Amino acid sequence: MSAAVSIAFHGLAYAMVLYLISVGLSVTMGLMGFVNLAHGVFAAAGGYVMTRLINGYGVPFPLAVAAAFLAVGAGSIVLERALYRRLYGADELSQVLMSVGLIFMSVASAKFLWGPLAQPMSPPGYLSGQLDLGFRTFPTYRSFLILAGAMLVTLLWLGLERTRFGARIRAAVDNRRMAQSIGINTSLLFTWTFALGSALAALGGALGAEILAIDPGYALEHLIYFLIVVAVGGLGSIKGPFFAALLLGIADTGFKYLLPEFGAFFIYALTLGLLLWRPRGLFGRA
Amino acid sequence: MSDATAPPAAPLAVELLVRSHRLRLFELAPWLVAVAAYGLFPDYLSLGSQILIGVVFSLSLDLILGYAGIVTLGQAAFFGAGAYTAGLLAAHGWGEPLSGLVAAGIIAAILGFLSGAIILRTQGLTLLMLTLMISFMVQEAANKAGAVTGGADGLQGMEVWPVLGLFRFDLLGRTAYLYCLAVLFLVWLAARRIVHSPFGRSLTGIRENEARMHAIGSPVFRRRLTIYTIAAALAGVAGALLAETTQFVALEVLSFERSGAGLIMLIIGGVGRLYGPFIGVPLYMVAQDRFAQADPVYWDFWIGLLLILVVVFARGGLLGFVEQLWRKLRKTP
Repeated sequence: MSAAVSIAFHGLAYAMVLYLISVGLSVTMGLMGFVNLAHGVFAAAGGYVMTRLINGYGVPFPLAVAAAFLAVGAGSIVLERALYRRLYGADELSQVLMSVGLIFMSVASAKFLWGPLAQPMSPPGYLSGQLDLGFRTFPTYRSFLILAGAMLVTLLWLGLERTRFGARIRAAVDNRRMAQSIGINTSLLFTWTFALGSALAALGGALGAEILAIDPGYALEHLIYFLIVVAVGGLGSIKGPFFAALLLGIADTGFKYLLPEFGAFFIYALTLGLLLWRPRGLFGRA
Repeated sequence: MSDATAPPAAPLAVELLVRSHRLRLFELAPWLVAVAAYGLFPDYLSLGSQILIGVVFSLSLDLILGYAGIVTLGQAAFFGAGAYTAGLLAAHGWGEPLSGLVAAGIIAAILGFLSGAIILRTQGLTLLMLTLMISFMVQEAANKAGAVTGGADGLQGMEVWPVLGLFRFDLLGRTAYLYCLAVLFLVWLAARRIVHSPFGRSLTGIRENEARMHAIGSPVFRRRLTIYTIAAALAGVAGALLAETTQFVALEVLSFERSGAGLIMLIIGGVGRLYGPFIGVPLYMVAQDRFAQADPVYWDFWIGLLLILVVVFARGGLLGFVEQLWRKLRKTP
């Protein structure tokens, strides 16, 4: 019983981080049809900005997280305009190679600037320690992760369903040409969506630095998990990746806890099965 | 006997088609270089063997990626399957190298056929993900089955017999180099034969316009599965070459990095030309040998930058770049 609660709890915290990082990838893939393997770079960048600000300059935690969100969002606008834009509509292979090139460069730069070791991440005093819920205690920081994740997810869904910007994104995902012809500036929309997705990834990377350690290989090591969330969830969907992240977070935690001798084998097998059953993902459009 | 009964020939088209698979002079160049390198750089023969093996692997990728247009990130699964097949045979008392190669090719082909039969029904990102999943599964299986494969420590205790019972694998790597060169030559002959055959042409058709190939009744799925299986077998042979010439199999043979590097070398050389690997692999591996040992950080950075530049400015790789230059020069005399 206590094992099940543990798995559910840690799986949930892990799922929130995975979702925050991957949701932007899902939307950019659905919107621009861009196979961006370098999405993890933005998450890693977020983690680096935050840990450097906290450890190097003593910036308070909330401020550092906000700075990571804004800095990476702004940086991604430059990248989108300078690089990604050139390859919209290009074949998958070019996009894959371009983003792999970007991963290589970011890995090398991170190593050069901050060394090969993982950045130490210690939550602020008021978020460390254990939280007593009466029937058992939970790590405070992970409880905070779950809560913050849930809030962000709600905010994101509301924003997409209720605001004009959200309606434009939905229109462009459904039918880009139609959206264009009724006067939506899809080019600008792409840039803003890309920036928002990258900034969310940075947020995920920063908040999740305690679960997915920030080191130079980050973008490559965890790439497969971000891709699983997106592919299983369904491209262009906001809700799909959430359920996929839940599934992956809890299943991965469970398998590693209960069957460590098989490693990640079952996760890969599960993904294979799911994708064969629903090639467009659980919530993908047919 | 009048001229009217003669078939309406299209001499130019026929001439072009026939000419395209006639052996041309430049096709001799790689072999001359390879043989000359054997005499000129006796101290670098082990690097030379690595390059030749890399060319075989990259060539297998060129067949599916360049000709059939299947984007895969998991080709290392077949390379590794071949390496472990040859390795396990040699570690358990059967060190005959040629039959080891054949066995590796067969095992990799079976794996390619089975996985291809499942995953080639999908397309785009899903297909990409599935190729990744297959290779990760194989790697994780090899990692966790330590009792059989040696796990993360690698497979030890291989004993490879002399080639044809005559040529022992020597410390300088002379036998290994010539052995790899001979195998590469056979693989190249086979690959060349395949791409110029009607089967190869129909693959290009599928790459260029799949709907149209369906419409004219071409068995698209079967064709893709066939080339996927062939390429898997060739990758398996490459893996077996590595295992036999180094007498060791590390878990790295199954890694994503190996799939990626094979792809990068192919792209740098030029994809879909059959000669991309002959340019890209030596360039990449010699440069890596020179620069990466000194500073791997810079190496990653420049390779990344090079990739982006190739994709944005020179889509055909180095060969494509040379081809364009050549055309421009001929147009403006």
